[in-house]
Amino acid sequence: MKTETYEHKIFKVTRRDFLKTTSVSMGGLLLGIQFSCTDTSKNLTGNPAAVFSPNLFISINGSGDVTLIAHRSEMGTGIRTSLPLIMADELEADWSRVKVEQAVGDEKYGDQNTDGSFSVRMFFTPLRKAGATVRLMLEQAAAKEWGVDVSECKAVNHEVVHTSGKVFGFGYLAEKAGALPIPDEKIVTLKDPKDFKYITKQSSIVDLKDIVTGKAKFGYDTKLPNTKFAVIKRNPEAGAGMKSFNVDAAMKVPGVLKVFKLEAPGFPTNFNKPLGGVAVVAENTWAAMKGREALEVVWEKGINADYNSLAYNADMAKRVKTKGKVRRENGKVDQALTKSKKVIEAEYSVPLISHTPMETPCALAHVHDNICEVWAPVQDPQMTRKSLAEALGLDVKAVTVNVTLLGGAFGRKSKPDFVVEAALISREIGSPVKILWTREDDIQHDFYHFPSAQYLKVGIDENNKVNAWLHRSTFPPIFGTADPKASEPSGFELSMGMVDLPYAIDNICCESQDSKAKIRIGWLRSVANIHHAFAVGSMVDEIAQVRGVDPVQNILDMLGEDRKIDFKALSPEFWNYNEKIEDFPWDTARFRKVIETAKEKSNWGKSLPKGSGQGISVHRSFLTYVACVVEVTVDENNKIKIPKVDYVVDCGIPVNPERIKSQFEGGATFAASLALKSEITVKNGAVEQHNFDDYSVARMTDAPYETAVHIIESGEKPTGVGEPPIPPFIPALCNAIYAATGKRIRQLPIKLA
Amino acid sequence: MATYQLTINGENRDVEAVPETPLLWVLRDNLDLTGTKFGCGIAQCGACTVHLDGNPVRSCSTPISSVGTKKVTTIEGVSAEGLHPVQQAWMDENVPQCGYCQTGQIMSAIALIEKNPNPSDSEIEEAMKGNICRCGTYERIRKAIKRAANAEA
Repeated sequence: MKTETYEHKIFKVTRRDFLKTTSVSMGGLLLGIQFSCTDTSKNLTGNPAAVFSPNLFISINGSGDVTLIAHRSEMGTGIRTSLPLIMADELEADWSRVKVEQAVGDEKYGDQNTDGSFSVRMFFTPLRKAGATVRLMLEQAAAKEWGVDVSECKAVNHEVVHTSGKVFGFGYLAEKAGALPIPDEKIVTLKDPKDFKYITKQSSIVDLKDIVTGKAKFGYDTKLPNTKFAVIKRNPEAGAGMKSFNVDAAMKVPGVLKVFKLEAPGFPTNFNKPLGGVAVVAENTWAAMKGREALEVVWEKGINADYNSLAYNADMAKRVKTKGKVRRENGKVDQALTKSKKVIEAEYSVPLISHTPMETPCALAHVHDNICEVWAPVQDPQMTRKSLAEALGLDVKAVTVNVTLLGGAFGRKSKPDFVVEAALISREIGSPVKILWTREDDIQHDFYHFPSAQYLKVGIDENNKVNAWLHRSTFPPIFGTADPKASEPSGFELSMGMVDLPYAIDNICCESQDSKAKIRIGWLRSVANIHHAFAVGSMVDEIAQVRGVDPVQNILDMLGEDRKIDFKALSPEFWNYNEKIEDFPWDTARFRKVIETAKEKSNWGKSLPKGSGQGISVHRSFLTYVACVVEVTVDENNKIKIPKVDYVVDCGIPVNPERIKSQFEGGATFAASLALKSEITVKNGAVEQHNFDDYSVARMTDAPYETAVHIIESGEKPTGVGEPPIPPFIPALCNAIYAATGKRIRQLPIKLA
Repeated sequence: MATYQLTINGENRDVEAVPETPLLWVLRDNLDLTGTKFGCGIAQCGACTVHLDGNPVRSCSTPISSVGTKKVTTIEGVSAEGLHPVQQAWMDENVPQCGYCQTGQIMSAIALIEKNPNPSDSEIEEAMKGNICRCGTYERIRKAIKRAANAEA
């Protein structure tokens, strides 16, 4: 999660200064200005290949080819397209002449940790400024050539045009622009949004053709000369060590080269440490896997050898009903409840869940001569770089992290443990090594979405108004994976759908109960919003039923008048996804608008046959407002089908609408897996599921048949869309099942029979 | 170790491998045909789908010794030049998100359309339910298959 604040400045530095300034500009987007022309002075004039690189992210060569750097990881959101698109638009570049290059992990690019749905939110304005600055420099260069005022020159689609009709191409101007000083930020003007050419318009992703032809490079697709292949046998109990192992049978497997021990980290393991175990290195992947099968290992028992998820979850469910630590309090809930005419109580639980991206963790590493180079599908290349340097005892400058495409991630690949494994093995055997996690490795050794239990008690007064809301939540905090003392849910986790309850209720109390991590846990797409939105969105629907009011009208009643809520005043721990509440207010008018639009677009209340129903839920996460209406059918065998989903999204300016829609379509299916399919259980410290045969995820037959995504037109600052589809879908589905069958769902995954 | 003479994408290739080695790893590790992906290793997810004599098979669970003289087609070989109509439809519908499973999806879809030029929704589901996509592109996959079917008709 983010802790830094971000600034952006454009300034000119020499290459030498550039190295100096990077160290003080950590976390900021650095637009250091480097002139490649001065670095290659012999090619300064008359060289068509001269390159104008006015900043880290943009370069233009003498032929007019524009190269834009994508510094965030592509895991399926389309970010490798959307961020360059923002620059290209302000630059007035012709998109067909733009090439996108992936950045290595380096602090000079500013934040590269691709999580938290904040790439567009954080970089929209800085990248617009980067593009606009270069556009102005090209216009200035043309003005100088023509001896006219720059106000008479305008960049249009890869050319600068003079009012007289004269034209220079970007390629012609590149070198000349490179000789100009960087203009003051004050005279750089951003486009009027009505002039956007690419932003808010439809665009296909830059990797589309490579993907459909099989040319796209993922984490296991690169090979160096003499590359060896490795898998690791790990203790089924996370972090625990090994008593003994026998390599004889493994070494007899044809192709196996070496078998050796990797130290276990103990528990908690931390986020970037490998689990240890026994590495099997072979001439090919299959031999490594067969060698591992033949390996005999006697494991040690660690501190979580008695962890049984069934008992653990039952204990959470029991404790969460008792008074916990108050994290937000308005009025007096206990007193108010005594005055309530009707009281609703409900408990909700969500199990451990595995990420299971289609590409399992994998990496290529080559450690030699005190340097380390890796090719890996990682969400956080800078953390990967630091983790490698630490594990290998190298300076970070000796470590290069090449980021491949990520075959899905959902939070799993923000942890670089698997890349460190590859590097440790490469160092041991002195060759490049590719490591593969089999699906069994992935499902049994993940950083799981944590289990949770919640208890809600709500009162309705004599005027049929909600007068009391008590919400208790317990789950092991994610930092329990690093800190043995961590057991209290943290403020940022509770700000994901619990303490940021927007409803106008006089008496609200939010409490937490401690729980301790017993296995590696981490963030999974939308994190604590998953369980909080499930409970809150389901309870709101229960309230509608008890009040005898239509579910949509009930939400609007509870929401009250349009206002901006200062949650910081209500809960000092409130975390607004690392943004100031002044910059990104909690605006109930936007919340209301997505609800009202969903009502209209979904044809809410339409007549449906028996066994069918609609459900609604609404949630703000990652600063994006989302309403979701799910239509469900449940047959006599309790088979659930989802013919239609309507999402209404307010994410501010919709930078890339086509990819926003795809995130929501896919998000509905991802959430359907969480709601209907996926559950990890643990016995004696070991995960009981193995592969897609016993850990189930949504297939085409389970996924929503049609997902309509309605985007609110907005000029507000853009916010993320990777995670926000998930939270409201699950309660909307559960509420639809209630409408169809009269059965309330309070435990995931849904089991109707 | 044994030597196998394979016909892959119309070319004869000799490979040395242990008989039980899955075709997937021969394609990837021996022949550098990396468009075919590993997803589960037990024929549950379809990421490794290739064609043997035009029939879709899970290469992760197909021992190299069982291939014999059957013609192997991978994503790299579905179109001699340009794009196969199914690939074109995938682009027109902007199907991929992360893209990892899509080569396997396309191989399943091509095999379906070649046998059944105008598949119904339930026939598409039957043919495609063995291919998992965690990004959740199923709706667009269905649309792309219908688009490709119409284009070929």
